[in-house]
Amino acid sequence: MLSLKNIQKAFGDHHVLRGIDLEVAKGEMVCLIGASGSGKSTLLRAVNLLDPVDDGEIWFDGVDIAEPGLDPQPIRQRIGLVFQSFNLFPHMSAAENVMLAPRRVKGLSRTAQRGRVEELFDRFGLGHRIDHYPDQLSGGQQQRVAIIRALAMQPDILLFDEITSALDPELVAEVLDVLRSLREEGMTMILATHEMGFARELADKVCFLEGGRILEEGTPAQIFDAPREERTRQFLSQVL
Amino acid sequence: MKTLMTILCASLAGSAAFADNHCAAGKTLTDGVLTIATGNPAYYPWVMDDAPESKQGFEAAVAYAVANEMGFADDAVTWVRTSFDEAIQPGAKNFDFNLQQYSITPEREETVDFSLPYYSSAMAVLTTQSVAEKVGEPTIEVLKGLLWGAGASHTGATMVGQVIAPDQDVLLYNDNTDVTAALQANQIDAALFDLPTALYLSAVVVENGALLGQFPAERSENPDQFGMLMADGSALKPCVDEAIQALTDSGKLAEIEAEWLQGATGVPVIQ
Amino acid sequence: MTKADENPAMPGRRAQYEAALRRRSLWVAGVSTSLVFLAILVLVPLAPGWEAVKKSFFNWGVFSKTFPGLLDAFLLDIAIFSWCAPLIALLGLFVAICRDIQKPALYPLRLFATVYTDVFRGLPVILVIYLVGFGIPGLGLPRPWNSPYIWGSLALILVYAAYVAEVIRSGIGSIHKSQSSAALSLGLSNADTMRYVILPQALRNVLPANMNLVVALQKDVALLSFVGPVEIFRQAGVYKSLYASFTPYVGAAIIFLAITIPMTRFADHLMNKRRKQEQ
Ligand SMILES: Nc1ncnc2c1ncn2[C@@H]1O[C@H](COP(=O)(O)OP(=O)(O)OP(=O)(O)O)[C@@H](O)[C@H]1O
Ligand SMILES: [Mg+2]
Repeated sequence: MLSLKNIQKAFGDHHVLRGIDLEVAKGEMVCLIGASGSGKSTLLRAVNLLDPVDDGEIWFDGVDIAEPGLDPQPIRQRIGLVFQSFNLFPHMSAAENVMLAPRRVKGLSRTAQRGRVEELFDRFGLGHRIDHYPDQLSGGQQQRVAIIRALAMQPDILLFDEITSALDPELVAEVLDVLRSLREEGMTMILATHEMGFARELADKVCFLEGGRILEEGTPAQIFDAPREERTRQFLSQVL
Repeated sequence: MKTLMTILCASLAGSAAFADNHCAAGKTLTDGVLTIATGNPAYYPWVMDDAPESKQGFEAAVAYAVANEMGFADDAVTWVRTSFDEAIQPGAKNFDFNLQQYSITPEREETVDFSLPYYSSAMAVLTTQSVAEKVGEPTIEVLKGLLWGAGASHTGATMVGQVIAPDQDVLLYNDNTDVTAALQANQIDAALFDLPTALYLSAVVVENGALLGQFPAERSENPDQFGMLMADGSALKPCVDEAIQALTDSGKLAEIEAEWLQGATGVPVIQ
Repeated sequence: MTKADENPAMPGRRAQYEAALRRRSLWVAGVSTSLVFLAILVLVPLAPGWEAVKKSFFNWGVFSKTFPGLLDAFLLDIAIFSWCAPLIALLGLFVAICRDIQKPALYPLRLFATVYTDVFRGLPVILVIYLVGFGIPGLGLPRPWNSPYIWGSLALILVYAAYVAEVIRSGIGSIHKSQSSAALSLGLSNADTMRYVILPQALRNVLPANMNLVVALQKDVALLSFVGPVEIFRQAGVYKSLYASFTPYVGAAIIFLAITIPMTRFADHLMNKRRKQEQ
């Protein structure tokens, strides 16, 4: 479904992605782990076409979306991205946050969407918060709204950038539950995460990023229990 | 110390040259000197070339005649310049009297003093030739339909409303230059001025200027009369009045008027 | 167990202390204010020129005769204000957006917007009113298109829109990039991102700053009198020259303050509310 080939990205002199190759199959959940600054966020933003890559190919559904000059808008509609800092629109209610993009992009009216959106809110335990504004919601609730917002566009693949690291520990679980349920549903997902336990439990594939490269990839069991690389071992010993 | 001596000597010399029994003695700003104010700039034909010391121009000539009548030699006259606002602001004045076509009105008399009138002005309608052709015979009815302008601090501003009462709002401007600019830009059809000013503007300033007609001074109910402005309760007023009365009686004032102000005979009278 | 817990009706030690402090500062403020007012009321009339000033600036007779006329003329100020303000908002918004345009084909718009804001923020309002109000009609436009109301208003609009544009642009700049990232990541277009996500927040952020411009505009409407319209400032000038008194200006000042003080208070209120929200 998604296939990255030799992705290169530099900010000025700073070479952040140095040739990433990655295959993601439909319905798979891939976790990116690695030290801060290793390039996880940059990679996810590149796939969502927020920061265009300098070189390499991103094959998505048979199209190379890294092709320079390609209109990113229709691609982004099919690739959702959820941010570490939620990035809800503070001037809109939770429901409005969710309905904006389908309304503007797909032309679905509020009334046409409302039923489906209410279902989503109910499903993620936010039925009673649907008309609240972001500043009236806890961090965990805000992040769940952000996920619903991405889901509402019915993307083919969802990218999550450390969506629990801005949350208080007791709120992490409620967000991870959402991911768990999406996983059961068969959603294709790439997660940048520091939640090693979660990655081990649910990931199909874990990639360890180091200095803009995927140093090691494999099943959770391979990476967590029998890492081949010394750097991976070091990293895991620090975070586990 | 030296300057103090000079001032003392000068004032002594001044009062010495001045008959003690004269009306103005001790009543002027500086003893023995008459300080007269005019506008900045002072306009044709009231003052020629903005130089009142030359005695050229109607108001300049009148000022010197009045000064002489009051017992001041020509070289005992000094000039200062003021705006209208400076002339009426409270506090000490820097002039003995001020002449720049101030109309005498009862309202103004409440806060300042005016001398007897030294000139009765007709009001005239300044316009452009194209408007004049369109209007033809200027009746009040036709004039009402025009777009009017005037200088904001002139009597014309209030006269337009009273005499003509035009249909559309009158537009008012800071000075004559702005009025003529508006006339030229076709933003107004006509403007009301005192006759001498109107004559001058139509002949010299406004391209294709024309006078539609005049409201003669003696015909209007309260004619526009120019007086010299003095501080409220000025002690000098009786002396100035006395001098103007004398000049009027002797026909000197009429002579000056004839010399500097064009006859208005060519301008049709508006009924 | 604290005392406050035992008896909720009894204020705690801190509350008592703060109440005493409040009473004290209220008392001090009251006394010092009264002293200042008393000093003004007693000392000013002692000044040697007071009688003259009173007669010229605070003349009840002139005031009562001219005040109704001034109020009437103020209606024109309000009219000019009310057709200028929305146009300023629109033009300001347009220019602000133009200044951030990225598309190369629209570069001329961007250039124009930059030059425009530089020029009109760099000129005194009165100068623009003179140049536009007399200059453009002088080109020979037919009536009613040469009206000073149109061109004078346009001058005000041009100048104020330049300021508003800068204020709005600063508002746009104040919205964190993560907001547009979030909007774009959902597949919204650049235009929709601006319209639905960035601008609403930006405009709300700069509302207090724009309110200050609104107050300034309300005052600067008076400058239109320089090209002809007889609004309150000009009417006061006519009365001044008619009565040889400055009292009509005091009347005009009172009318202006009656409008602008509530507006200023409101702007301050908005500003404080924003500040609280940001905390
Ligand atoms: N817009 C940018 N301009 C310049 N440098 C950037 C930019 N975005 C990221 N970088 C740099 O790229 C490198 C990788 O950043 P990235 O955010 O992808 O790391 P990360 O793996 O997500 O780290 P973290 O775990 O802290 O989120 C960092 O050194 C960062 O400073
Ligand atoms: Mg990151």
